[in-house]
Amino acid sequence: MISKLFQFLSSLRLTVVLLGLGVVVVFFGTLGQTSDGLYVAQERYFRSWFSYWTPHGAAFPVVPLPGGYLLGTMLVINLLVAHFTRFKWTWSKSGIFLTHIGIILLLLGQLATDMLARESIMSFREGDTRNYSESSMDFELAFLRSAGSNTLDQVVSIPASRLKPGAELRQELLPFAIRVKEAYENARIRLRAPVMDSNRPPAATQGVGARIVIDEQPPTRTMDARNVPAAVVELLGASSLGTWALSGELKSQTVTVEGTEWRLEYRPVRDYKPFALTLLKTTHETYPGTDIPKNFQSRVRLRNTESHEDREVDIYMNSPLRYGGYTFFQYQMGKEQLADGGRGTSALQVVRNPSWVTPYLGCILVGVGLLVQFLMHLTKFIARRKPRAV
Amino acid sequence: MKQRLPLIITALFAFWILGALRPRRDPEYAFGAFGRLPVVFNGRLQPIDSLARNSLTRIREKDTANLEPVKSWYERPKIISATEWLLTLMTRPEVADGWKVFRVDHPELKAMLKLPEPNPAAGEDGKHYSWNQFGETGLKQIEESARNIQENKKDSSLRNAFDNATLGLYEAMTLYLRLKNTVHPQDTVGFAAEIADYQKTIPAGVKAFQQRMTGSGTFDTNALTEVFGHTERYFVTLRGEPPLLIPPAAGGDATFAWQRMGEALLDPSFGAPLLKHLMRVPKAELSPEAAAEGIRLVGTRPLSPAVGHWAAMADAFRESQVAGFNTAVAGYQTYLESLRLGKALNKTAREQLYNSFAPFSKTAALYIVAFLFSCGFWFNFAEWSRKTSLHLVQLAFVVHTLGLIARMWLEGRPPVTNLYSSAIFIGWGAVGLGLILESFWKNAIGLAVATVIGFSTQVVAHNLALGGDTMVMLQAVLDTNFWLATHVVIVTLGYAATYVAGFLAILYVVLGFFTKVMTADMGKSLSRMVYGILCFATLFSFVGTVLGGIWADQSWGRFWGWDPKENGALIIVLWNALILHARWGGIVRERGIMNLAIFGNIVTSWSWFGTNLLGVGLHSYGFMSGAFTALMIFVGSQCVLIALGLIPQAKWRSFSAATSGAARPGSVTV
Repeated sequence: MISKLFQFLSSLRLTVVLLGLGVVVVFFGTLGQTSDGLYVAQERYFRSWFSYWTPHGAAFPVVPLPGGYLLGTMLVINLLVAHFTRFKWTWSKSGIFLTHIGIILLLLGQLATDMLARESIMSFREGDTRNYSESSMDFELAFLRSAGSNTLDQVVSIPASRLKPGAELRQELLPFAIRVKEAYENARIRLRAPVMDSNRPPAATQGVGARIVIDEQPPTRTMDARNVPAAVVELLGASSLGTWALSGELKSQTVTVEGTEWRLEYRPVRDYKPFALTLLKTTHETYPGTDIPKNFQSRVRLRNTESHEDREVDIYMNSPLRYGGYTFFQYQMGKEQLADGGRGTSALQVVRNPSWVTPYLGCILVGVGLLVQFLMHLTKFIARRKPRAV
Repeated sequence: MKQRLPLIITALFAFWILGALRPRRDPEYAFGAFGRLPVVFNGRLQPIDSLARNSLTRIREKDTANLEPVKSWYERPKIISATEWLLTLMTRPEVADGWKVFRVDHPELKAMLKLPEPNPAAGEDGKHYSWNQFGETGLKQIEESARNIQENKKDSSLRNAFDNATLGLYEAMTLYLRLKNTVHPQDTVGFAAEIADYQKTIPAGVKAFQQRMTGSGTFDTNALTEVFGHTERYFVTLRGEPPLLIPPAAGGDATFAWQRMGEALLDPSFGAPLLKHLMRVPKAELSPEAAAEGIRLVGTRPLSPAVGHWAAMADAFRESQVAGFNTAVAGYQTYLESLRLGKALNKTAREQLYNSFAPFSKTAALYIVAFLFSCGFWFNFAEWSRKTSLHLVQLAFVVHTLGLIARMWLEGRPPVTNLYSSAIFIGWGAVGLGLILESFWKNAIGLAVATVIGFSTQVVAHNLALGGDTMVMLQAVLDTNFWLATHVVIVTLGYAATYVAGFLAILYVVLGFFTKVMTADMGKSLSRMVYGILCFATLFSFVGTVLGGIWADQSWGRFWGWDPKENGALIIVLWNALILHARWGGIVRERGIMNLAIFGNIVTSWSWFGTNLLGVGLHSYGFMSGAFTALMIFVGSQCVLIALGLIPQAKWRSFSAATSGAARPGSVTV
């Protein structure tokens, strides 16, 4: 029984089936991007154990599919079992061994990247200094209090995922509880129009919420737009402090509790760095007479007070800044309105991926392995032909 | 005689090709010299010849202008060069507007614009129409429908053939208008005289303008109106964004300092940036300091000498003065040489030669002829037929290679920079592999595959070239020769190899099913070829894909992002690996491998074109909707071939008991 199982797990038939399923899953995962957008499709087809493909407009799932995790795991098992049971090491198979070790490394490396890599955005205007980057997906509810003489603020932050309608959240540093009334994944806020919105009460009783309404939006899935969440919470001190509207589009609001001023912000999750970047200059060139971009370039000043580093760096396409375990890529570039000063703006993509080296190793192994194996085939083939050739 | 035949035939073709390199004399107007003059368009410096050919190709799908399209070729219709057409359009638009250079095929579009049906007596061929035939109402109609489509069907997958034809014609018309206003406003009659008039109005006009801006008392309204009368005409030409015609008076290599004619004409008075700012053109507003500087410079800048040269050329051509025109062209050339534009002038001369040589259309013809000779070999096993095919393919490969090198030289780039060049390069790779196969097996199979893929990729490239310039500048993210030379070249060679394996398999099925040519030995040698090529394909597509991952890691911070193009490349790797493992495991035999390899054609085409059609992802810079139909037809044809391959071999004409006996003479056994 067990030997049969091993036979199955090590068989080339299984390899062929897995590769075939791989082709199918990657194909549907690509098609899925047209309707679901890159991020959702990726989660659904590749970062999953099982999935199914639904054509446009169909009411029920049509094609059941294995997920990327399942296929990857099975391939690794297939390879390992085959090597421990079926394969015998010989020099003539060294290429195959190298290739397979490389493939395993690539698969594990991709898994590690999935688990460990963090991406965020650092966006600023010319002259601005940032020591943090912001998540492009996740928001947090932050309560800030200036901490006496210290210039740093005291921050209590709650991830947006915990803001579920009906939830009541407490934190010992906060002199009040938070009761969630409403929460939206994606919403726009606008000023409440007294006539048009006569049948809609303001979003909240306190702060700017008393003057706005929240319009829920369908969650966006495209690469170039992002969800801006919103919520309405009630703050409960000794008595109710009223309801407050929160949105990623709003600046901070102030609530005073027991003589202390707290600022409320609903903002992208921040990742603070032990160093700071200042955007000095942005350069955006196009080819003459066209809109085809030729170059996007940000000149930044990198300052690290601990290591006493202070230098200027250029970040542009295909030339990122690597520093302190992070990599900063040129991501977007723009210009603010002339009325606001007309300064250049720049957004850098910040990536932290501790396992970045595994694909490089894996690729070298597979590349060398394939080359060795096929060169051996080729020399054998030519050697065999030689005596016959006229 | 038969022994010499291959060389004689090849030599004839070689003479035909070399003949195209012979410089042509212009009997009257110096169109050749004019075509070499530099211009900046699509962000790159190019000869007028390229601008003319690419524009005409965009408008009428050919790079020459047939002025009598209703005549058949044997009736000798009047055909003029693209350069002559463009020169006429720029300087005598009222003549060019009567030429039938717009190709319109879609019947509903023709009906909407009330274009005449084919009628030889009235000079209508039902396909080509002149600018005048569209009329005012036609222009308005096409503009409105195009806007409507652009607004209501933003997603290009929603557009149907009519929509695409409408948008295509609208783009062609926009381009036509842009070109019309390149040298001077389209209603200009005597350009030099007009410029002289304008220059006379500048001093008084500028004075009045400054008085008005500083608010110091009264100013001469008439003087201001007069100068504005001129500047407005030049300003309007800028709206169409015509090509940049005027080189920087300071000379040098930088294309950034080139100006449009309108900008150069505005320099001596107000200057284009200031005028745009004052007219509130979006995105052209100046900061207060820049605006003040602009006002200070009003009336102080000289008129570029190039403008005068252009006026001389335009006026002479308009008045049909052959000698005057030729002198003016020579005069402008001397002026350009004095600008130390040296490199740029050499480049335009080379590019003009490349254009007129047209290496790739010549190779396409050679591949067809060579294919016929390789077919001849299978049916009578005459070695001279195979030799002829071999030499022709070798000749074509040399021309193909030279064409690629010329492109690389002109662009200063590795061979593959866009879809057009990828088609050329896939063809080149496949032909190279075919020649290698042929050197081993000598049974014309490698030649047949080389010629079929070589020719097909030229057809694909030709259709891609209908979109216009094939040497457009690269977007910032692609602007790296290192990755273009490694990742792109290797992954494209992977495509080429997978196609070679697929077409070998097609030969196996087609020759086996329909003819008695296939012997068991030939089948075996084909199967070995497919196997060897698949190994090559796996190696190249894997390494190429991985290098793409490394590029992505270097420039975007992630090794693998599941982008459609990346996924397409991954599918090719997986599919090739699948075929190899299926063979190693004995799961499929000869015929099975062939069928799998044919499916490899579908997989590769999906990766090459299909992923671009999705319109999502970071690589979707090469979208064209017309390709969708072509892709579907190709996929359908491959499915039919696979279905044929699935029919048991007993029912094939080859391999049945009668033919699988002794090897025929001429087929080399391995």
